[in-house]
Amino acid sequence: MEYGLDKRSNVLKIFNTTFIIVWLLVACFPFIWTFWGSFKVRADFFSRADWWYAITAFNTLLETGGKFTTDAYSQAWTEGEFWKASRNTVIVTFFVVTISLFLGTLGAYALSRSTRNYAFWILIAALIFRAMPHITLVSGYLFPFFQLQIWGILPTTIIVLVAINQPFTLWLLYSFFKTVPKELDESALIDGCSYFQAFRHIIMPVMWPGVITAGLFSLMLAYNDFTVTALLLNQENHTMVPKIQSYLGTNQHEGNLMWAVSAVVSATAPLFMLVMFFQRQVISGLTAGAVKG
Amino acid sequence: MPNKTFFWFFLPTGLAMILFIGLPIISTGIQSFYAQHDQVVKEVKKCDPFGCTVSIVVDQEKTSKIREEKPLGKFNGFGTYVDRNHLAIEEIGKFWNETNSFGEFVDQVTNLPFYKALIFTLTYCLFVTPNVLLLGFIIALSLNAVTRRIRGPLIFGTILPMIVTPLVGSLVLFWMIDAEGIIGANLQMLMDDPYLSLKSSKTLTWITIIIYGIWHHSPFAFVVFYAALQTVPQEPVEAAIIDGASRWQRVRHIVLPHIYPVVTFVALISLMDNFRVFEPIIGFSAEGSAQSLSWLIYDNLVNEEVILFGSAAATSMMTIVGIAILLAPVLIRTWKEFRTAR
Repeated sequence: MEYGLDKRSNVLKIFNTTFIIVWLLVACFPFIWTFWGSFKVRADFFSRADWWYAITAFNTLLETGGKFTTDAYSQAWTEGEFWKASRNTVIVTFFVVTISLFLGTLGAYALSRSTRNYAFWILIAALIFRAMPHITLVSGYLFPFFQLQIWGILPTTIIVLVAINQPFTLWLLYSFFKTVPKELDESALIDGCSYFQAFRHIIMPVMWPGVITAGLFSLMLAYNDFTVTALLLNQENHTMVPKIQSYLGTNQHEGNLMWAVSAVVSATAPLFMLVMFFQRQVISGLTAGAVKG
Repeated sequence: MPNKTFFWFFLPTGLAMILFIGLPIISTGIQSFYAQHDQVVKEVKKCDPFGCTVSIVVDQEKTSKIREEKPLGKFNGFGTYVDRNHLAIEEIGKFWNETNSFGEFVDQVTNLPFYKALIFTLTYCLFVTPNVLLLGFIIALSLNAVTRRIRGPLIFGTILPMIVTPLVGSLVLFWMIDAEGIIGANLQMLMDDPYLSLKSSKTLTWITIIIYGIWHHSPFAFVVFYAALQTVPQEPVEAAIIDGASRWQRVRHIVLPHIYPVVTFVALISLMDNFRVFEPIIGFSAEGSAQSLSWLIYDNLVNEEVILFGSAAATSMMTIVGIAILLAPVLIRTWKEFRTAR
C-alpha cells in the first residue's frame, strides 16, 4: 500500500517484486509457451526424447527446412475446417451480444426503477438461475429440442445462450442503472415523456460504459461456451471451442494434436486483444456486483 | 414505475428466462422419472437338418416402433434415482451387511459412480475455494504496492488465466505437464522415473485439476479484492501507522474488516462455479480417475447407443439440490435482511 507515512523495508520490497514476477510467470508462461510451440512440428512441441527440441526446433528444421512453420495453422484452417467454426463463432457471438443487451437493458432498467417487492424477488430468482450448472439445463433442453426438431441449428443455440446469460447481465446492468440518478428520468417524465422515451433518449446516452461492460461479458460467455455449443449444435455448425475438442480425438495420439494447438492460439488471440483494449471495462464489470452491493 | 410499464419492460427478458431456464428445469424433473425402453425381444425358431433351435433376438422393428410412440421412455418413478448409477440404495444396504469394517464399507460406497463423482466435486470445491480467496488476496495486496505506472500491464497478465475458456486453459496446462511436455518431461528426469505421468496416478490427477482450478479462478478473486482495496479509507490506516501497528496488524484489523462483505461475495461466486467443474476433466483427459457430477451428466448425454435422458436428468436434479443446499445460507440471510429492511 502506498501510504505517505509508510516506510517500506527493502526486504519486503524485494520479496514483493519476486512474488509478482513468479505469479506473472505462472499466469502467462503457459500461453507464451503454447504460442511458441504452435509454430513447431509435433515431434518438437511434444518431444519424448528431449524437451529442449521445442526451443532448438530440431525436428521442425528436418521436416520443413525452417525454424518456424505455419503448417499446423494452414491445415487446421483449411482441412480442419476451422474457418467454418470461426465463422459460426462470429455469428453466434454477434447475435448473442446484440439480443442480450437489448433484453437486458430493458429488464434491468425496469428493475432499477421499481420500488415493489417483486423486483427484489426477481433479482433473487436471477441469482438462483445464475447458479444452475449449464449442463443441467442442457439435459433439460435436449429432449424437447429433438422432438421439436430444432436441435443442431445456430438460432436455437443463440437464444439459449442469450437466456443463460440474462441473469448475469441483469445483475450487472441493474447495479449500473442504480448509479444513474432517478431525478434524471423523473424530470423527463414530468416534461411529458413516456417511460420508453425517457429510457431511450435520457438514460441510454449516459449508460454507454455499463452497456459496453455488459456487452463484453456476453461476448466472453458466447465466445467461450463449451457445454451448450458442444451438445446443442451438430458437427456442421460447431463453434470454435467444441471444434478444438474434436481435434483432440478420443485418444490423444489419434487426433491431430498440432491442429488443436494452432486452433487454441487462433481462438485465444482475438480474445486477448479485446481484453487488452477493454481492460478497464472488464474490471469495472467484475467489481460492479461486489463493491456497489 | 407502474406495474404495467414494468411488465412490458421486463417481458422479453422474463420470457427468455422462463422459457430457457425455468422450463428446462421442469423438463429435467419430468425426464428424471422416465427411463429408456427395454429392447423388445422375440423368439426365433431356426431349423436345419440336425434339428431345431430356439434363439432369442432383439426385435428391431418393434423396438423402434415403441421408441417412436413413447419417445420419453417408460415411467420409472424414483427408480432411476435409487439405481446403481445414482443413489444406489440397495447396493449400500448390501455393502453394510457384507463388509467387515467401516473402512471397507466406505471404500465400496465411494466406488459407486455417483458417490465417486460427488466426492470429487466436493473435494474440488473444498480445496479450490479457500485457496482462490487466499491467493487472490495476496496478489491484490502485492500488486497494490507496485508503482501505479506499471500496474496496467501487470493486471492484464494476471487476468489472462480467467478470460480463456476452461477447456482451453486446461489444455494449455495439460500440454505442458503431460509426459511429453516441458514440465512433465523435466519432472520425469528430476524424479528419475520414466513412467511418472499425470494419468498413472489418481492422486496426481486430482492435484493437477485442483491446481488448475486455483490458477483459473484466482484472477477473479484478485480483481474484486483489488477494486475493494482502492476503497479502503486512508485515515484509520494512517492513524494505525502512527500508533505503531505492524503491516500485518493493519491488514488484519483495518483492511480485512473493510473488505469482508466482498470476501463472502467472491466465496459464493467461486463456490457456485467450482461446483459445476466439468471442462477441465475433458481438457486433462482425466475421465479415468476424476469424475464430477457435471461430467456424469455430460457422459450420459453423449452416450453412443441411446442418450440416457432419464439418468442424466436424475443426476441433474440431485445437482440442483446440491446447489440449493450451498445457496441456502445466503438466501436465508438475504431474506432476513430484506424483512428487517421493510
